[in-house]
Amino acid sequence: MFMVSKLLISFWLITILSASYAEDTFQHLGKTAKQLSKTPQWNLSISPTGEALPKGQGNAIQGAKIFANQCAGCHGPQGIGASAEPLIGEVGSLASEYPEKTVNSYWPYATSLFDYIRRAMPIDAPFSLSANEVYSLCAYILSSDGTINESLELNEETLPQVKMPNRDGFITIYPDHH
Amino acid sequence: MSGKIIEGRRQFLHKTGLGVALTGLTSSFSLPVVASSEQLELTDSLPEWMKVAGGEFKNYGQPSPHEQRVIRWISANSAAPGNGVSWTPLHDLQGTITPNGLHYERHHNGVPQIDPEQHLLLIDGLVKQALSFDIKSLLRYPMESRTCFIECGGNSNSGWRSNPTQTQAGYAHGLVSNAEWTGIPVKLLLQEAGIEPTAKWVIAEGADGAALNISIPLEKLLDDALLALYQNGERLRPENGYPLRLVLPGWEGILNVKWLRQLRLTDAPVMSRDETSQYTELQTDGKARQFTFMMEAKSLITSPSLGMMLPDNPGIYQISGLAWSGRGKITRVEISADGGDSWVDAKLQAPILAKAFTRFNLPWHWQGDYAILQSRATDETGYVQPTRETLIENRGKHGFFHYNAIVSWEITEEGDINHVYGF
Repeated sequence: MFMVSKLLISFWLITILSASYAEDTFQHLGKTAKQLSKTPQWNLSISPTGEALPKGQGNAIQGAKIFANQCAGCHGPQGIGASAEPLIGEVGSLASEYPEKTVNSYWPYATSLFDYIRRAMPIDAPFSLSANEVYSLCAYILSSDGTINESLELNEETLPQVKMPNRDGFITIYPDHH
Repeated sequence: MSGKIIEGRRQFLHKTGLGVALTGLTSSFSLPVVASSEQLELTDSLPEWMKVAGGEFKNYGQPSPHEQRVIRWISANSAAPGNGVSWTPLHDLQGTITPNGLHYERHHNGVPQIDPEQHLLLIDGLVKQALSFDIKSLLRYPMESRTCFIECGGNSNSGWRSNPTQTQAGYAHGLVSNAEWTGIPVKLLLQEAGIEPTAKWVIAEGADGAALNISIPLEKLLDDALLALYQNGERLRPENGYPLRLVLPGWEGILNVKWLRQLRLTDAPVMSRDETSQYTELQTDGKARQFTFMMEAKSLITSPSLGMMLPDNPGIYQISGLAWSGRGKITRVEISADGGDSWVDAKLQAPILAKAFTRFNLPWHWQGDYAILQSRATDETGYVQPTRETLIENRGKHGFFHYNAIVSWEITEEGDINHVYGF
């Protein structure tokens, strides 16, 4: 009887030990973040569907003024480039001997423009522009090459509907040709 | 064939030499003890640093002051000095590991000074439960190390130019570095959050002043990706992502997001600026290649290379360089001294690790005539590094990213070295 219980205890110990080594090799330390995940500061990425776009609006006339104050220093007064990249012009140049990749000639989605300006521009003060200012800047840049009508109010509804000239200009390499 | 590439028998010669040296050493022990009257003469003939106490201990060591010219070369936008690159001086280094202070950099808006106490990683989107992790918690997870290269998609892009740039090897091709990264397999944390079956992509975001965001296939993060906390044994350098970065062995540098703050699982890519307007390769027909993650096989002779001289004519020189491939191991590096007419296999230095720098070496007997030195890498998938002509034929001249062509160094009869095209 004694032997049996001793054997049983040994068996239990082995079972417990092997289970603890084989399965739980580390402690799950992630904290539930359901609420955090919904806050604006964790929803910066804006996809082509425009889901995460903030409420607001702006047009090209407002945008031209903001551009002159906030952007022209690096991108040039007409947005054709200075110390920073050209943003405007050269639509249709991509297959030429001297292609120029501007927002209107190259970028496939207008939502990327809002996403990028808000997170990274102006370069010395990212996140300093209001949603209305970012919509206005998008409207100014996009209307400068006729991608949108100069009078169009851009907002969370209209921005994702903008069809960029080079929307179909990309060949997906991953995963098919990777 | 300009110059003879020496093969075989060197190991044997080396061993024979060692035997002779040992014999000599034994006989030197039998020399009589130096008389005290000769002490002064001996002291005079010894270097100064053998006759004084050495310097103090240092809490953190630095290279010799005589090596101060071995630096990263910085090229940044003068109007926005945090936006630019710094190149690893590959031509001044040996072995395969890049010292942490010399690892290449590409910053989109400078190096953020992050307080690790306040930094959070959020995993959310298409997961069963959104989770946040602080750095203290992450340091308690099981870790693995991967020695791998990270290469900027824009590395070597001066190769697309019409004329060969006369720049030292590292300062044209050194937007690639190789380190031992240690951290948590990303899949452990993704599995803790619980991956929804509809998840296909992960949007990674950094906590820098560009809040850089980019889409990565979930498949890669479940494969060999690391959440790196350590670089060559020490915590990440600020310029390499402190306190937390992604390491995706073999894939384009931009995807190895530094200062990582968020992984959001989605069913489609976000189409951020850095996966649409940048890091895409425009071809001749005006269409651009997108999601070109893999860094294909490449090699580079780091010595002799531009900026060096061959002092002895004729003379024996050790050709040495680096090869790497995002697809796996390097299986072969060939060297040509005649602009690609004939090739000889270089010796690959162990260990040969997948998706990591492999050092290759080959002694070269230069006979003093004009030569074109080249290296050509092959990886375990059979992919062979292309010539510049082949690369341009396939991709055009405006791709800007993913330049991996063979590099040609011209050796003049005077022993000068230039960068040339057309071979």
